[in-house]
Amino acid sequence: MKTGTFERGTHPPDNKALTAAKSITEAKVPSRVIIPLSQHIGAPCAAKVAVGDMVKKGQVVGSADAFVSSPVHATVSGKVVAIAPFPHTMGRDIPAIVIENDGMEEWAEAIKEHSDWASLDAAALRDMVKAAGIVGMGGATFPTHVKLSPPKEKKIDCVILNGAECEPYLTADHRVMLEEPGAVVNGLKILMKIAGVSKGYIGIEDNKPDAVAAMEAVTKGDSSIEVYSLKVKYPQGAEKMLIKAIIGKEVPAGGLPMDVGVIVQNVGTAVAVYEAVRYGRPLLERVVSVTGRGINETKNLKVRIGTPLSQLVAECGGFKYDTGKVIAGGPMMGMAQSNLDSPVIKGTSGLLVLDPEESETVAHGPCIRCSRCIDACPMGLQPQMLSVLAEKGFYEEMKEYDLMNCFECGTCAYVCPAKRPIVQWVKLAKMSLARK
Amino acid sequence: MSEDQHELIVSVSPHVRSDESVQRIMWMVSLALMPAFAASIYFFGIKALVVQLVTIAACVGFEAATQKMVGRPVSITDGSAFLTGLLLGFNLPANIPLYIPVAGAFVAVTITKHLFGGLGYNIFNPALAGRAFVLISWPKAMTTWMEPVKSITSMDAVTTATPLNIAKMEGIGKLVEKFGGASSMYGDLFFGGVGGSLGETSAVAILIGGAFLLVRGYITWHIPVSFIATVAAVAAVTGNDPAFHLLAGGLMLGAFFMATDYVTGPSTRKAQIVFGIGCGLLTMLIRLKGGYPEGVMFAILIMNCFAPLLDRGMRAKTFGAVEKKKEAAA
Repeated sequence: MKTGTFERGTHPPDNKALTAAKSITEAKVPSRVIIPLSQHIGAPCAAKVAVGDMVKKGQVVGSADAFVSSPVHATVSGKVVAIAPFPHTMGRDIPAIVIENDGMEEWAEAIKEHSDWASLDAAALRDMVKAAGIVGMGGATFPTHVKLSPPKEKKIDCVILNGAECEPYLTADHRVMLEEPGAVVNGLKILMKIAGVSKGYIGIEDNKPDAVAAMEAVTKGDSSIEVYSLKVKYPQGAEKMLIKAIIGKEVPAGGLPMDVGVIVQNVGTAVAVYEAVRYGRPLLERVVSVTGRGINETKNLKVRIGTPLSQLVAECGGFKYDTGKVIAGGPMMGMAQSNLDSPVIKGTSGLLVLDPEESETVAHGPCIRCSRCIDACPMGLQPQMLSVLAEKGFYEEMKEYDLMNCFECGTCAYVCPAKRPIVQWVKLAKMSLARK
Repeated sequence: MSEDQHELIVSVSPHVRSDESVQRIMWMVSLALMPAFAASIYFFGIKALVVQLVTIAACVGFEAATQKMVGRPVSITDGSAFLTGLLLGFNLPANIPLYIPVAGAFVAVTITKHLFGGLGYNIFNPALAGRAFVLISWPKAMTTWMEPVKSITSMDAVTTATPLNIAKMEGIGKLVEKFGGASSMYGDLFFGGVGGSLGETSAVAILIGGAFLLVRGYITWHIPVSFIATVAAVAAVTGNDPAFHLLAGGLMLGAFFMATDYVTGPSTRKAQIVFGIGCGLLTMLIRLKGGYPEGVMFAILIMNCFAPLLDRGMRAKTFGAVEKKKEAAA
């Protein structure tokens, strides 16, 4: 086992004990699912079914011709009852297909097992990943087949599986590594085959020694895969920080992992890849950590895509308090939800419910230039300058301070003693500049 | 609790914040000054306490009054005005007429801090700007130093000169003679039994507070070490006694508590080192060649002007920046 880390970063309390020891259990299959036509970065899908159609589990219900896109599938069998804009975890209404579950759990005919999966070639495997609608399940939701299709001039040397799970509270990836280590490794091997590389790494933060041990056990004797135990530090799970910690290379500013010969995939994505290839199953479900001090029970649930968030709350005993914050994802980068009719999508790694006290928004003060954000920014930026410029609306000037290199991990805002909403300002600045 | 009765709070990430706050920082720095505060009362008696309480009260009062006047929320509980008062008081002699600290507090808090925009926006260290004003306005009172009395109740006031002044006017040999030997001189300078501003004489009390700030991460080594090392180096190179220059005057207080002021110093660590070196060079230039025996205050105030420029010119390396340049060259 090897170790690694990156420069700067911070240490929010990890709060993982709330769910870390809880096995993954199946969530109730909802009576109706909401399948947004956009659950990924890239072109949204067009509906391929009409209201009134009967659909089967695993059937494609939306797709796009664009390369950077990912099809969506029916996650239950039943009847299409609506195709209309619907609340989405990203905060605005997005067209979705609503399917009334007939409870039959009938699979589409197209679903085929491939017991000969180990002998399939890279192109066939990549097509299967694409057809299965697999996107980055760590939360970024970038279509996986696109990452696996780098331009010819970019030589890929290795695939890194991201099991860092550096967001506090979340334990979905942790449980997947413990409970399905074989599927994780098989998924990694398929990804390596598609990428045409003979080297794979699995990076895990060292607050999960059992996951490190589980992955070491299943890769024992396989010299092509190395498991890295990474120092606990936020944001270790950010692609660039993960690559730095494991192979020591810095992705150039404005560049992508493929610029240093790396493809990074989340461990949950690897399992989805394995299931797509071995069993022909599209991405229909995912593990969601339902956690936090504002909910009665905490669980790691395997949830059908399209399950309303409200159902997960009900399944976990409901809210403890009459007010609070509900976050899709983790507390550092997740989105606070305003409508619990929104469904779980492919990138929903957690549903975090904060208690009233934790949910309080505090007034921010002036920047006292204490340098804490500079010492913590994993990208080596000066968030304090970005915040001061943004506060005055000097968005153009923010570019000089590498605004575009900020990936909004929230480390600066976390450490800021004046509680300045630095990420909010950065998002606002980027949006204003994009609109010009 | 069902979800339809549940009120949802929405804000932009991150949804967790560290428990550090501006208020806590200010009070922690104030706490770190308590050893020096206690030392000032030990050495200069009840007069020291009175001067400092008046200074603190004036700073807090001017903060509240100014904020009320300009229509900003009154923020005296954040500890920032208290800290300014504490530092300004540290820079005054024990037997100063009490209207002088009040005038200093006005210049420090109302003019230097609030007329420049309030907390976070001032260019100059408020306590030092206040002190510079009273030093220039009342040079006699500001340089009439009291002999340490080492008695809390004593009202005696025997005037003396500061060690730096004696060294400047009469030479260090004369000073050693006055202390009855070099080791006795270093001892008094280290523990604080010499004439000088209230909070600056006891090096050991300041070092205890400085160590606390360093250990707890409220300051980093960059400014104090570069400042102090520069003073020592210049003293050594110019044939002066480095140990004397480190212990005498306001260097320790300045290096650990004034030059490290977040707002008026640079923010990047590289710039902080240059800032510290600049403070050290200017301090020694004034001490050795200038009209004043002590140069720490003017050195820091002058370097305050350069802080934004240093920050701009000495930025940290952005992640991935080296590779980008290489690519551009290729």
